[in-house]
Amino acid sequence: MTMRNRAIGTVLAGALALAGCSAETGGVKSAGAPPAATTASKSEVKDQPYPSTYQAYPGAPTALVGATVFDGKGGRIDKGTVLFSDGKVVAVGNASLAIPEGYSRIDGTGKFVTPGVIDIHSHLGDYPTPSVASHEDGNEMTDPATPQVWAEHSVWPQDPGFTRALANGGVTALQILPGSGNLMGGRSVTLKNVHSRTVQGMKFPGAPYSLKMACGENPKRVYGGQGRSPMTRMGNFAVNRKTWFEAKKYAAGDRKERDLAMETLAGVLDGEILVQNHCYRADEMALVLDMAKEMGYKVTAFHHAVESYKIADLLRQANVCSAVWADWYGFKMEAYDAIPENAALIQQAGACVIIHSDDENGIQRLNQEAAKAQAAGKRIGIDLPDAQVVGWFTLNPAKAMGIDKVTGSLETGKMADVVLWNGNPLSVYSRPEKVWIDGALMFDALDPQRRPVSDFELGQPGEGDVK
Amino acid sequence: MTRLPALLAAAAALALSAPAAAQDFAITHATVALGDGSEPIDDATLVVRGGKVVAVGKGIAVPQGVEQIDGTGKWVTPGLFSALTDLGLYDVDAVEQSRDVSADKAIFSAALDISPVVNPLAQNIKVSRAGGVTRASVFPRSGNAIFAGQGAVIDLGSDSEALVKPRAFQYVELGEGGGALAGGSRTAAYVTFRNALAEAQDLAGRNGRNDDALLNRPDAAALIPVVEGRQPLYVHVERAADILAVLKLRQDFPKLDLVLAGASEGWMVAKEIAAAKVPVIANALNDLPAQFEQLAATQSNVGRMHAAGVKVAIGRFFDMNQPRYAPQQAGNLVALTKLPGASGLSWGAAFAAISSVPAEISGMPGMGVLKAGATGDVVIWNGDPLELSSAPMRVFVDGVEQPLESHQTKLRDRYRTPQEGALPKAYEW
Repeated sequence: MTMRNRAIGTVLAGALALAGCSAETGGVKSAGAPPAATTASKSEVKDQPYPSTYQAYPGAPTALVGATVFDGKGGRIDKGTVLFSDGKVVAVGNASLAIPEGYSRIDGTGKFVTPGVIDIHSHLGDYPTPSVASHEDGNEMTDPATPQVWAEHSVWPQDPGFTRALANGGVTALQILPGSGNLMGGRSVTLKNVHSRTVQGMKFPGAPYSLKMACGENPKRVYGGQGRSPMTRMGNFAVNRKTWFEAKKYAAGDRKERDLAMETLAGVLDGEILVQNHCYRADEMALVLDMAKEMGYKVTAFHHAVESYKIADLLRQANVCSAVWADWYGFKMEAYDAIPENAALIQQAGACVIIHSDDENGIQRLNQEAAKAQAAGKRIGIDLPDAQVVGWFTLNPAKAMGIDKVTGSLETGKMADVVLWNGNPLSVYSRPEKVWIDGALMFDALDPQRRPVSDFELGQPGEGDVK
Repeated sequence: MTRLPALLAAAAALALSAPAAAQDFAITHATVALGDGSEPIDDATLVVRGGKVVAVGKGIAVPQGVEQIDGTGKWVTPGLFSALTDLGLYDVDAVEQSRDVSADKAIFSAALDISPVVNPLAQNIKVSRAGGVTRASVFPRSGNAIFAGQGAVIDLGSDSEALVKPRAFQYVELGEGGGALAGGSRTAAYVTFRNALAEAQDLAGRNGRNDDALLNRPDAAALIPVVEGRQPLYVHVERAADILAVLKLRQDFPKLDLVLAGASEGWMVAKEIAAAKVPVIANALNDLPAQFEQLAATQSNVGRMHAAGVKVAIGRFFDMNQPRYAPQQAGNLVALTKLPGASGLSWGAAFAAISSVPAEISGMPGMGVLKAGATGDVVIWNGDPLELSSAPMRVFVDGVEQPLESHQTKLRDRYRTPQEGALPKAYEW
């Protein structure tokens, strides 16, 4: 079952699933803010009580040679060379790039290199597998606005899904979002996809927080079903606006009294916390853009934005990304107008496209989803080069997560988050052969020992299997 | 066609259409995949007449008077056969009023019959048809009892009759889900199951229905063909131990015509499944312990079962798993053949797993395959059908070319440019 189902399904009587999917998303915007780390803003100091303890693992200076390189920012180098050392990309170039002493050379002839895959919309860890009730930690559905909750306090680092995302999907970084049962679901956490005993050990150093927000069916169903507000879409807006006005008042004050909810919202108003807004319908996205203007914040990305194609021009003007699936449709009323050409039409309008998963299976194939969306575009005459489409699951999500200054593309000085694919990643016949995170080899399809096995899977049938 | 007044003609166009006449056609110089497990044949010819395949292969002469389609650069395959779908059972999955997938409050179970409720105009049928799916089995899901009811085989043609074979199989839950439905444990599921079949036997026998029967008469009657082996019984289980327990049911009910649905841990007991000659309809890419009954799930499951001699189809296309994803999933299994330690399928075997194999398991041996006498379900693709960049260009069902339009294609055309023109978007149609 998909996450969406889990995320809200149990709350609903009835049926199906629907919801979840929606359950989660949100959009975010990083707006080019520097990945936080060093600047101490007024909200930041108190917002780092659970600091990242992630440390890169050791890696050898490595030269990938002879492969086709997609750099994530739209460039393609045939027979390229990628050098990395001490966890950072040293140089990217063509065959003439000199390989310094001491580099181990990996022949990539016939293979492809991309930046590590990044998923802006995941619930791994907060809706982990096995998908049992005890694991449902992604939706604090006790109030329609819970900006005080933090996804990192729900993430179970032993979720086997992290390992599949690495081995099959080449995922090196991901944003874990609260679900979409609430209008304001809480703070996200961005992780390195490196196994750790603690969530702090996975936290992406310096990554900004995002606030997860949700439009539409899910919040009104959850609370309307309890006879509470919001019961309608207009109720959704009323509760949101009321909460934002409170936040503006709090932000304008001295902020001395601790208020976890208001601190998150003040962080958004300060521009330090991004907004990831789950929103399917075009008309609702347009209303949210006005609400953001009214309140003085920025929506970074609309997630599950299946109707972005109807307002791609508005989204370009507002500089908001659309995080989308390739071709999910019809599972709920607000997904009824989803079309496979969505991503290509958004791209053609000059707006930002991100392919996201919202799903523990989909996260293993973001490259394939992007390829399907590319092909759907091509069939209506929108011919997008592979190198640009690779950006949909590398640099664009990095931008919308506020980590693009340090990862998301293969550029000198950036983190050596790198995937060597055994063929074109936009082909169904290709898989990650090796995945490096900060220059450390964390997965190798050719080495059975170089694959993570979570605590949960030890001693179980299938332990250490290829999966 | 006779000349109808314009209004009447328009009404006819909107109404459910009667089956159109099959076309005779030949496709030449195409790469042809037969769907029978063999590898694709380049520069081949396919001839379809009277709704049936009459010839396929290299060096086939095109008969006089048959429309000739140049297949240069194209791929030609049988239509895909999707096993275990919810096609035609809802408009919007989450909108209860539009949904006939499960009857959660019904007093009936095994007697539930999906055949009268499949809507051939449902969008999921149109979208799947445009994805190259021409046949499918459709089944009810368990609502409040382990027996879900009887599934059917349909075609995805645009005419008014979707039904190909009603009451094609019975479906039962005997794993984690079965335990929950039966009262909280698999033990209850097995007692319920055995009692139900025993009551069916009673009803069929001389003594008739007992006074203390637990099943109502329609449910018991519906299970008579199951216990007598005249109607296949699809059993949904995932765990290796559950699979073995199901295979043992034939010790007490020797005529059961079993099909396993799910079987995420089938690879662990593949030899036993093969020896029992029980086919499997599996998800291709399950690789997570989504439930405790799937701890050993791996994408190599299908490949390992296939290698052990199990007849295994890729299927279970319902909820978010759309039938048009079948080629992508089959392609992923081909990809596994390049990964050390993994088990996948050859291209031919992978394509068969979404065409002829599910057709055979569904009791439709002349479908999902191109050979003389087979059903004229044909898809012309713009490239390798398993590749992500490919899509159907033309689709034929029983030799009749199909429309590929849907709600989706209309939206696509309306919003090719998002801005309004001289009039609002609502006037563009």
